Amino acid sequence: MWVRLERRPEASRLMSYVSPLIAIVLMLIGGLLLFTALGKDPLEGFIVFFINPISDSYGVSELFLKATPLMLIAIGLAVGFRANVWNIGAEGQLIVGAVAASAVALYFYEAQGAHVLILMVIAGAIGGMLWAAIPAFLKTRFDTNEILVSLMLVYVAQLLVSWLVHGPMMDPDGFNFPQSRLFEESALLPILFEGTRLNLAFGFAVSALLVGYIFMFRSFAGFQMQVAGYAKDAARYAGFSAKRMIWIGLLSGGAMAGLAGMSEVAGPMGQITGHVSNNYGFAAIIVAFVARLNPVGIFFASLLMALLYLGGEQAQQYLALPSSISNVFQGMLLMFLLGSDVFINYRVRWREAVA
Amino acid sequence: METSILGSILFATIVAGTPLIIVALGQLIAEKAGVLNLGAEGMMAMGAIAAFAVTLHSGNPWLGVLAGMLAGVAMSFIFAVVVLTLMGNQVASGLALSILGVGLSAFIGKPYESEILPTVSAIRIPLLADLPVIGNALFNQQALVYFSWALFAGMVWFLYRSRAGLVLRAIGESPSAAHSIGFPVIRIRYLATLFGGAMAGIGGAFLSVFYTPLWVEGMVSGRGWIAIALVVFATWRPFRVLVGAYLFGGVMVAQLFVQGSDLDINIPSQLLSALPYLATIIVLVIISRDRNTVRLNAPVSLGQPYRPEA
Repeated sequence: MWVRLERRPEASRLMSYVSPLIAIVLMLIGGLLLFTALGKDPLEGFIVFFINPISDSYGVSELFLKATPLMLIAIGLAVGFRANVWNIGAEGQLIVGAVAASAVALYFYEAQGAHVLILMVIAGAIGGMLWAAIPAFLKTRFDTNEILVSLMLVYVAQLLVSWLVHGPMMDPDGFNFPQSRLFEESALLPILFEGTRLNLAFGFAVSALLVGYIFMFRSFAGFQMQVAGYAKDAARYAGFSAKRMIWIGLLSGGAMAGLAGMSEVAGPMGQITGHVSNNYGFAAIIVAFVARLNPVGIFFASLLMALLYLGGEQAQQYLALPSSISNVFQGMLLMFLLGSDVFINYRVRWREAVA
Repeated sequence: METSILGSILFATIVAGTPLIIVALGQLIAEKAGVLNLGAEGMMAMGAIAAFAVTLHSGNPWLGVLAGMLAGVAMSFIFAVVVLTLMGNQVASGLALSILGVGLSAFIGKPYESEILPTVSAIRIPLLADLPVIGNALFNQQALVYFSWALFAGMVWFLYRSRAGLVLRAIGESPSAAHSIGFPVIRIRYLATLFGGAMAGIGGAFLSVFYTPLWVEGMVSGRGWIAIALVVFATWRPFRVLVGAYLFGGVMVAQLFVQGSDLDINIPSQLLSALPYLATIIVLVIISRDRNTVRLNAPVSLGQPYRPEA
């Protein structure tokens, strides 16, 4: 070995911001190799993947639209992740939030008035919280691993929505397609800019980032959770309630994921189908990590992740590649990030020749 | 020859439990060395598609299994570099591996979605297979089913009867003590992690080459996570992994028998499909209800990064 890792006297603040950039560069190199291996011109691939989606104002609005659920979920998850509460099941919480919001929309079918949307927002958030309350309850009451429980509930939620759109929620005039009726105007979020699909949910997302920022850096509960994340024993010694943190961590993630689900069915989808989520719940985990659990970072990381989604769609259309190439990029990004985080606590030293 | 209902339920249960046994036993070895790899789902998915593609092109299912195993090893190697050499967070890295593996397998597998493999015939053990009820279920199975039993037996011997197994467990309990006696902690953790990856790859290969036998995106459908839960449920003991895997296998096949039966039961198929996941949650609650059960049995250094100083 020519190099060795030497522990830094203290963690490098600089590197904690540089390492996501290293990871992005490595991801791009990985993409380069991938395109080459697939026999595609890498330059053309990069233009299709990273430039074309945002080459006009509509494309940019789509970028913000895609980033919206990611911002919502990631900020909710970051609250818990800071205290080492690992909610991995945001995907399921999103689905249940979407289901609850859709139930309201379909119940008030043909009703007019703002109360429909307001109730949908509340139902979405509560739906997500209820789904997240299951791992929270089991963790606090029985010390059951919240990673595995929240993840198992993702599969249950997928089956739940599948059952609903094949049964109680199916469009009665829909020729047996597994999807609901199209929602009425009163159950759709208002569009922010004429001619785009970007809707009020983006406003929710920015507000959530602000609230998240205040909670994390300006509230005592946020401080407690930060302490617990760094030093569990110190937090216990100080008398901070671990159970309360677990509840806050999971419920905030659940509420935001549920709201994201609501904003999908009341936004670009306009109905509920069996494919209500596009892996947003998992992509948001990557966002939270790349962003260092920081609200400002989440804003930008969500845009990056949204670009990967749009790039995947473009690659499918113009390069005849499966759209799951998005997930490959996302997975690479997180893996590279976790690897390059070594530079936060260690530095590379060239090994001197042994005399 | 008449096969009883009981016999065919037993047969299907064993088949459904087999990938869980193989994957969970592989994870058990890694965890005994102190490495928590939550990437089993992704490694299985990669194993499944690699095995499927190679079997389809070569016509030889055993080359397929080998490819699946190598895919699992390659995936676990990425994980090992990140968590063992670069000391990354094990929980996050395992999760990343799952996301990467599921995404990459869907990407690679797209052209294979409409292909079907010929069924691989079972290996019938003469005389024993003629036993009533259990004969067919136990002794007329795919080779990998016998492999899962051999793996179990080998693992019990390795962990509790061999010196190497003792070293492995020592490293999981106290890496610094093991290091100071002179054992290469990192190297052994690498090997244990790669072994876990190999088994996850074989488990995935079993699904796509022998069980279904076709490739569908997301076909692992949580089995990797269930296998990880199984190791906790088994409190890190091979025999309980075996029992637990068949328990889950039974839950998984229950829906097929309810739907296929003449009984007029009006249960949504989705509810039945949800049973394995709900069962996983329930067993996790049961096992963790007494805090000491998990705490006393889990390898002490599980999930903790270790770097020998000097």
